[in-house]
Amino acid sequence: MSSPSIRVESVSKSYGETKAVNNISLTVEKGELYGLIGPDGAGKTTLFRMLTSLLVPDSGKAEVEGFDIVNDYKNLRRILGYMPGRFSLYHDLTVEENLAFFATIFGTTIKDNYDLIRDIYIQIEPFKNRKAGKLSGGMKQKLALSCALIHKPEVLFLDEPTTGVDAVSRKEFWEMLKTLQKKGITIMVSTPYMDEAALCDHVALIQKGNILSIDTPEKIRSQYKFPLMRIRTDNMYILPVDLRSFPGSESAYRFGDSVHFSTKEELQHPGLRNFLESKGHHQIEIEKIEPDIEDCFMAFLRNEKREWRNNRL
Amino acid sequence: MRRILYIIQKEFIQIFRDRTMLPVIFIIPVVQLVVLVYAATLEMKHINMVVVDQDISMTSRRLVSKFEGSPFFFVNQSTFSLKEAEDLITLDKAHVILNIPSGFEKNLLRENHSKVQLQINAINATSAGLTNAYANYVITDFNRRIIAENVNYISPVILKTIDVNYSYWYNPELNYKIYMLPGILVILVTIIGMFLAALNIVREKEMGTIEQINVTPIVKYQFIIGKLFPFWVIAMFEMAFGLTIGKILFNIPMVGNLFLLFGFTSVYLIVALGLGLFVSTLSNTQQQVMFIMFFFMLTFVLLSGIFTPVESMPKWAHYLNFINPYAYFMRVIRMILLKGSGFWDISKEFFSLLIYGAIILSLAVWRYRKTV
Repeated sequence: MSSPSIRVESVSKSYGETKAVNNISLTVEKGELYGLIGPDGAGKTTLFRMLTSLLVPDSGKAEVEGFDIVNDYKNLRRILGYMPGRFSLYHDLTVEENLAFFATIFGTTIKDNYDLIRDIYIQIEPFKNRKAGKLSGGMKQKLALSCALIHKPEVLFLDEPTTGVDAVSRKEFWEMLKTLQKKGITIMVSTPYMDEAALCDHVALIQKGNILSIDTPEKIRSQYKFPLMRIRTDNMYILPVDLRSFPGSESAYRFGDSVHFSTKEELQHPGLRNFLESKGHHQIEIEKIEPDIEDCFMAFLRNEKREWRNNRL
Repeated sequence: MRRILYIIQKEFIQIFRDRTMLPVIFIIPVVQLVVLVYAATLEMKHINMVVVDQDISMTSRRLVSKFEGSPFFFVNQSTFSLKEAEDLITLDKAHVILNIPSGFEKNLLRENHSKVQLQINAINATSAGLTNAYANYVITDFNRRIIAENVNYISPVILKTIDVNYSYWYNPELNYKIYMLPGILVILVTIIGMFLAALNIVREKEMGTIEQINVTPIVKYQFIIGKLFPFWVIAMFEMAFGLTIGKILFNIPMVGNLFLLFGFTSVYLIVALGLGLFVSTLSNTQQQVMFIMFFFMLTFVLLSGIFTPVESMPKWAHYLNFINPYAYFMRVIRMILLKGSGFWDISKEFFSLLIYGAIILSLAVWRYRKTV
């Protein structure tokens, strides 16, 4: 664990006027499961493409396993596995043909590295003569992962691997990642789902090309400094608006079937309950909860906006 | 090497698994060769003629019957009013008017000189020119007989004339089909080579598979050879297939050495595939490829001399044909098949294409990027 697996130093990339990645720096230790969390258009894919040598950064430096991503891309491509966000295997080749093709291109065979992919591949092996385009979403994803792993990469880049996959498959997929991590592979994964962040060793919250925070999921959660509660009433539609007008309100936003509400100071429930009743709400449920990554993300975004506004004033 | 072989193998699996590919390879050539070779003919037959015979004499009737006897003309109308005949041309019911003025025979006998008029619909300049040529041929022939008859009648002196003897080399029957078939074969082979290769590479971009390929340690040249070689093979097969059809259906002559022809084809295909690869590096979707290809195809085919001889084109067209691969192949395939030209006769085209291929391929390889 001497040198880090991935080192990114103030890397930037713009598409015309748009800054897709703005001066990002981060470090990933060897054997880590590192999450890049952010909404669509945050710059995750651009960063991945640079780290996998598909894009050249405008400025900054980055190394993966000691290989410079610009000058040493030839060596880099030997040791990295990449699973793009879009299913990028040959639809008209069968499962086995796809796997054999990528194995051959990397100068290896399925047999040589079978032990690494066995746990994953065994699930799709019954369909090995089926064309990849005819697989279900979850199976496509397993095949893509198998193809990305067939050459025993040291670093694995997974760009939104769980987008468009059902909840059960998502859970399975993260379990597979955990297993792979135990085999010593450094994994960098991006996702728009905040709930997956808790499964990573470190997460980087990213928004509009900027990093909001880098830390372990626990630390990020512990940084959340406001009391947070989940509130449900019979009139969910108007609830966030009413809550924002409550004195001392910090934030209120929809979160699944309830509203997450935070206040600047610790406060007593009855006061809030009375306030909501006076606004015409019934069946009020208030429950104090621990913040999760999404709450933290929202808090970071609010901070950003405030700072930005203050800077303008 | 193993990588290249595997990519080639993968391409062939994909090509033959594609349900539209087999018809493209086997049916299109048959249809194109059969339909186009018959249809794209410049011979004209059954030209509708309207006769305005204002003389109604023996001589005028003999002239008309001379036209009636010709396989090229079909005298389907006759009238006494020139106006009426012109209306028929306007209505597209007649293509040419033969106007014989009154006094035609009288003038001929008295003054040894008389006139007829031809009015030809010249919307299509080529067919008008041909109509004129055919009609003139008929009239000249008629004229010669009249002279002969009259001269003999007056004084039995033998006329001194120059008899022109001609023979058409390389295509003695002026059979248009054996001229067209090699030309269409050129287009066919090019479509298969250039179009399919370009579409195939761009499809990888569309499907996103190129991204997965690009992060692998595969080297540019391996990928490109693996991509182009299958289409080179298919295009060569197409050439053989087309020649077989030509031999069976049209009995096209194969005077020259077929090995030379295939040798030349293989060099030509390097250029065609190189152009295909180049176009594919410029575009991101199959639609873009189709549009670019269509533009070049139309321009290049018409300039290549498939229908009209390059020699009659303006000077700038000659220069444009330097970069027109069709033009080289169009000339050479006809030279080898019909004329039996040997290597030294076509060496200029051969080496030109070799240089062309080297330039376009390096340009395409340089343009092809493994980064996005």
